[in-house]
Amino acid sequence: MRTKVKTKRSDIVIENGIEYTSKVMLDLQNLKKVYPTPKGDYVVLEDLNLQIMKEEFVTIIGHSGCGKTTMLSMIAGLNPISDGRISVLGNPIKGPGPDRGVIFQSPSLMPWLTTLENVMLGVRQVFPQAKKKERIDICKYYLSKVGLEGSFDKKASELSQGMQQRVGIARAFAIKPKVLLLDEPFGMLDSLTRGELQDVLIEIWNKEKITAVMITHDVDEAIFLADRVVMMTSGPSAKIGDILNIEFERPRTRKAIIEHNDYYKYRKHLIDFLEH
Amino acid sequence: MSDRLITIVRFIGLGFLEPVIRLARGEEAKKNLTEILKKIVAPIASILIFLFIWQTGSTALYNKEAAHRIEKAFNEQGQEGADAMALCIESGNVSCRPNTLPSPTQVKASFLSLLKDHKIIKADKKAFKEKTAEINKKRAEAGETLIVYTGRPSFVDQITTSLKTVFAGFLLAIFIAVPIGIALGLSETLKSSLNWLIQIFKPVSPVVWLLLVFMIVKTLNKNSDTDSSFLISFISVGLCSMWATLVNTIMGVSTVDKDILNVAKVLKLGPLQKVFKVILPSSLPLIFTGLRITLSVAWMVLIAIELLAQSPGLGSFVWEEFQNGANDSNSKIIVAMFVIGIIGFLLDRIMLTIQNFVSFNKN
Repeated sequence: MRTKVKTKRSDIVIENGIEYTSKVMLDLQNLKKVYPTPKGDYVVLEDLNLQIMKEEFVTIIGHSGCGKTTMLSMIAGLNPISDGRISVLGNPIKGPGPDRGVIFQSPSLMPWLTTLENVMLGVRQVFPQAKKKERIDICKYYLSKVGLEGSFDKKASELSQGMQQRVGIARAFAIKPKVLLLDEPFGMLDSLTRGELQDVLIEIWNKEKITAVMITHDVDEAIFLADRVVMMTSGPSAKIGDILNIEFERPRTRKAIIEHNDYYKYRKHLIDFLEH
Repeated sequence: MSDRLITIVRFIGLGFLEPVIRLARGEEAKKNLTEILKKIVAPIASILIFLFIWQTGSTALYNKEAAHRIEKAFNEQGQEGADAMALCIESGNVSCRPNTLPSPTQVKASFLSLLKDHKIIKADKKAFKEKTAEINKKRAEAGETLIVYTGRPSFVDQITTSLKTVFAGFLLAIFIAVPIGIALGLSETLKSSLNWLIQIFKPVSPVVWLLLVFMIVKTLNKNSDTDSSFLISFISVGLCSMWATLVNTIMGVSTVDKDILNVAKVLKLGPLQKVFKVILPSSLPLIFTGLRITLSVAWMVLIAIELLAQSPGLGSFVWEEFQNGANDSNSKIIVAMFVIGIIGFLLDRIMLTIQNFVSFNKN
């Protein structure tokens, strides 16, 4: 039973008797995904409920094939919802849109464009009224933030995988989305580059504080970046198994976190869940 | 500076010159010398071997043909006739010359005579133009049709005509195949509804296309007195050669990277923007591969089509020479063969250079 009562104060929504304040940015309710197969329906996700607050960084961890990516692409609007609801600031989503920026696993830049043009492609869509110079400034600002000051005019195909993913980060932040969705963005990188890019990501995120949902396979990455780590059960019919709050102060440094007493406690919690 | 030169040389497909440039700069003498041996000396040697085989082969054929003629004369007219024939062949008289595969020297002589012929015709044309300038001026003022040169075209004129036809056909192929290919690549429904058409018409022979175009153009062009042979031949060339571009465009458009399409979706690009900013640039390399095949097919079928359509050009040159049967006809045909081959090769190189220029995956 789902009843929705909008109170007069528009920043509070009551649903199923639960009161949401406007602090909720992204709301997943009874989310379900079914793929029909010749042998009957295959249920990927079922009864998935998750609320993500404004300015929160949530990482999602779980075994391969449990439906994490399906969930993320449903939030992005790239994959239709079988049942349930996804809403951003109380408004149900309708298809993909620039209010939910996505950083894909592969950088997926347009290889024939320069780095600046790649970022510009989105900026032009989101800020159609802005002057050309303002748009260029936005692009240059974010490219500099990810450490690509000297490569504005380089073709994307000339960059290394790690550099391309930096452009992907700049592109996602430059369109100022409400929610940032990251689908294992560093999964294809070597561990050194991965560390560098985690630093780049968290530095720019500390400034912008865009609500972020990130899928990862890497336990350390999940702890380092997140305010909350969401653990998903293995499919079929995957749902949320457990949620772990990470209480480290921000801004964080990798060194300080590894030396922190709670680090191994968190790590053990996650690994126990994944190995059970 | 010379690094730039090397890049340019490589880019236009003359990579074999690279070791020469490097050697001239005094880089790694031994390595570059072997490179020169591999890339320049060996091909030249193979050309020489080819010429040698050709020369011996044509001499052998010549001797066989001569022996056959003498034998025939002997059977018909006895010993006296055979001796006369042998003498006649010896003297190089045109009337009894053995007609077979010409030797390289004969071909070269024909080539030079064709060039000479071209110069004569060119001078003739110029003289004609000067002579008729006055009259044409008056005619133009009076609104009458101008007098044009109707003399025999030279070999070079034939080449130009062929090139014009092939480019007209190529452009027609681009204008038909690329837009249709994009539409079919974008829409699965359109693709499956028109697939039968592509599959059936793709393997149709150039000759049949020519006849088809002939049927249509003949009717449409009935009332106009313009020469429809050029129209027929370039349309046939376009229709024969467009299939490679069509198929490649469909493939290029329908196989754009899914992630890139997702980016376009997330950014909510409009349909036009999606086509021009994402889909087209991303399928350009495949489209150009198709265009390259199209141009080489166009050049190949052009000769056959000109030959059949009686439209001026290299094809009709070859056919006329074959029908002509003059003493140097055979060697002129071989000259045309080499010219066709070399032009085809150059066209392919030009397309390859353009293809390299537009494709973004250079590594």
